[in-house]
Parts: sequence; structure tokens; C-alpha cells
Amino acid sequence: MKQAAVKFTNYKSSLGFWIYLMTDCLIFASLFATYIVLLPGTAGGPGPKDIFQMPLVLTETLILLTSSFTVGLAMIALSKKNIKQAIWWLAATYILGVAFLTIELFEFGVLVSEGHSWQASAFLSAFFVLVGTHGLHILIGLIWLLVMVIVLLRRGLNSKSSRQLGLFAMYWHFLDLVWIFIFTIVYLMGVAS
Amino acid sequence: MSLKKYIIGFLASIALTLLAYNLVAGEIANGLTLLLLIGGLALAQMVIQLVYFLHLPDEMKPRYKLLSFGFMVVILLIVVVGTLWIMHHLNYNMMEMSPSEKDHYMSSQKDKGF
Repeated sequence: MKQAAVKFTNYKSSLGFWIYLMTDCLIFASLFATYIVLLPGTAGGPGPKDIFQMPLVLTETLILLTSSFTVGLAMIALSKKNIKQAIWWLAATYILGVAFLTIELFEFGVLVSEGHSWQASAFLSAFFVLVGTHGLHILIGLIWLLVMVIVLLRRGLNSKSSRQLGLFAMYWHFLDLVWIFIFTIVYLMGVAS
Repeated sequence: MSLKKYIIGFLASIALTLLAYNLVAGEIANGLTLLLLIGGLALAQMVIQLVYFLHLPDEMKPRYKLLSFGFMVVILLIVVVGTLWIMHHLNYNMMEMSPSEKDHYMSSQKDKGF
């Protein structure tokens, strides 16, 4: 009976968090719509074909995808109560997340230093807002992950921390899902002839 | 939640990503065909991740997650398709020209940007 009660609490919080993720999708939907509308608005500046470094973006994509996999492996380790292994996988996720964010900021830095900042054209404003919003989500995810690892190290695994880690895994998989569409619509369709 | 599911999801996602990338980089297709192809690959990868990473089909009844996901997709389509539709017609109808002049002007302006 107690087991069933815990399961129900877990389902309730995961459903609540899921609904938050769905509303987050709508933020991204409006940013995608804005981006596509402003795509021709280059104001004489560069278009998508001129500024995207595709090998770098592919690396970013594969890194984020791998981090989504490692967070899944951490969840499996947790379900087997193997905390040590779970922490290793969460650490791997953290490093991959930092690598992703570093590459993204490097890309932004190159664009700004070449004079293609968000002030240059409507297209660049929309690009920086859309990709930057995703990057901000990643940053928040990394802070959350760090907090969860500290909690796990200090207090170990209990019903509360395992529930929260489940929500974090959901959040991280969701960010990977949004990135697929940024990769496809912004980058691949941007450079496609 | 099993290791096998995550491995299938991971390998399938990598394969779909590399396939989409090579379709564009290798210029195997072009124009609308290419856009539809890579759009289709993105949707396929979304389904794979929903199934193998987010375990959406494993939810017990009543399927509130699936329901809210469906609702989100409806709103998303209204927002995105509605925006593109309206903005296209707005650009077209805000010009004081005859329809044939508009078509000519739109095609000549297409590559310039505003």
C-alpha cells in the first residue's frame, strides 16, 4: 500500500512537470514562428548560409544527444540503487552539457566579433533569441544537475531525491528534443539549397 | 525503463541525425524535396525519443501526458502555421499594386531581404 502511494505521488509530480514542459514547447513554438517570419530580414547583412559553421553544429548536436543517453544510464543505475555509478553518469552528463554550452557560446562569440550580433538584423535577432533561449534552458539544467549531485552525495538516495532526479532526466531529454528542431529548422534548412 | 531501450533510442537518434546532415552536406536532394526529407527525419527522431527516452507509451491509464502532448501539438500548429499564413498574406496585401505587379515585386524582393 505504501509502495502504491509513493508511485502515485511520483506520477502526480511527473505529470505536473510534463505539463510545464508542454507550455515550454509553446514558448519555443512562438520563437520558431518568429524566426521563420524574420528569416528574409537580413537588412543587407549575412543570411543563414553565410554564418553557420555546420561541422561545429553537428558536434554540438552529437554531444547533446550523448548527454541525453548518459542521463538515461544514470536513471537506470539509480533504479538499481547503484548511487556511485549514477553519480559517474551524472558527472558525464554535466561535462557534456558544459561542452555543448561552451561550443554554443564560442559560436555566438565568433558571430559577435565578426559584427553579426543580434543588433545587426531582424534575422540575427530572431536567431540569437531562439538559440539563446535553448542555451539558457541548458544553463538552468546544469545548475539543477549540480544541485542534485550535491544532494545525492550528502544525503544519499531517498524517495524525494529519486523523484527529483526523475524530473531532471525528463527536463534534459526534453531539451534534446527541442534541439533536434533547432538543428533541423535553423541550421540544416538554413544552409540547404 | 531498460538499458536496451536507451541504447536503441540513442543509436537510432544518431543515425537519423547523421542521415539528415549528410542529405544536406552531400547535396543529395534539393529544394522542397530536401526540406520535406529532413523535416520528416526530425519528426521521426522526435517519435523515437518520445518512445525510448521519455517513455510516453508506458504511461498508465488515464493517459494525461499523451493528452496534454496532443493539446500542445494542436496549439503549436495553430501558432506556427497561423503566424506564417498571416504574415505571408500581410506582406502580400500591404502593397498598393496590381496583383501581377505584386507577384513580380515579391519575386524580385525575395532575395534582397527587408
